[in-house]
Amino acid sequence: MAVKTNGTRIRALKAAFPYTLPIFASFWFLGLAYGIYMNVSGFSFWYPAVMSLTIFGGSLEFVTVTMLMSPFAPLQALLLALMIQARHLFYGLAMLDKYKGLGWKKYYLVFGLCDETFSINCTAVAPEGVDRGWFMFFVTFLNHMYWFTGATVGGLAGSLLTFDTKGLDFVMTAMFVVIFMEQWFKEKKHYTAFIGVAATAACRLVFGPNSFLIPTMVCILCALTLFRKPIEKAGGLSQ
Amino acid sequence: MTLLEQVVTIGICVLGTVATRALPFLVFSEARPTPKFVQYLGKALPAAIFGMLVVYCLKNVNLLGSSHGLPEFIGIAATVVLHLWKRQMLVSIAGGTLCYMLLVQLVF
Repeated sequence: MAVKTNGTRIRALKAAFPYTLPIFASFWFLGLAYGIYMNVSGFSFWYPAVMSLTIFGGSLEFVTVTMLMSPFAPLQALLLALMIQARHLFYGLAMLDKYKGLGWKKYYLVFGLCDETFSINCTAVAPEGVDRGWFMFFVTFLNHMYWFTGATVGGLAGSLLTFDTKGLDFVMTAMFVVIFMEQWFKEKKHYTAFIGVAATAACRLVFGPNSFLIPTMVCILCALTLFRKPIEKAGGLSQ
Repeated sequence: MTLLEQVVTIGICVLGTVATRALPFLVFSEARPTPKFVQYLGKALPAAIFGMLVVYCLKNVNLLGSSHGLPEFIGIAATVVLHLWKRQMLVSIAGGTLCYMLLVQLVF
């Protein structure tokens, strides 16, 4: 029995690993940058190490550095955290059924539901003969470890790095473009993709680059609610 | 800030993050069937979310700036063409990123 579950885990790990490679690149780059940023802000490497393990949300962690250097303001910290992380509500809604019935693994999957993990677990299908729950577990776990190790090494190595990494952050954009295309191929009708792009672009123009995500989410929800009948009638949404 | 205040601040950020990730799962439990409207959202949201994330990555592009967003546009075009051609996720992402890095380091 023990041998059998071991095999299940190794098969799932092997299947999950290639999907996480682009995230390894982007998390090591961003994680290093984040660790270095904390290092030059005067924090020991323990800070990026602990924060990357426990918060596990890139944009908020950068903001937390600023919070740690300002006067103590717990309520403001909570509001800021909720606002920056609000988009995760959407991920949970989209993964409700996929994460059903996975026992204890579900708690970890929900804890680690960051942008990149969501993207893979939402679009990738575990190959034939690979346990779905363990596959999604390892996608989450590998991403978590990439972020943790990147941030910790960044915090330790500080400003020792010298090679020119300018533009490497585009790896995240390229990844989301590819995932957007994969989702596009899966669907016969593309109304909701258009709604997503148009609502975000419009809100970015109206609200500026720093506070457009929450208005965007409201717009997307309203549009999807308003056009539910025609969208469902047209069909073609992926399962 | 004292160490305790720092620990509390980090703890609050953990709490805020976990709250947004867990709330849908707490509201719609496994025991009861998920309402039809939420099921519809679950299917309709992913494409909209990925569209949102692509635009979100480009939020700091200034079309009126010196490069007019050209490196981003070319980098995305390269990614799309590679992906239509080979349909290999890693090839498309690595190729698009390399193209963008060369553009911002050598051309723009």
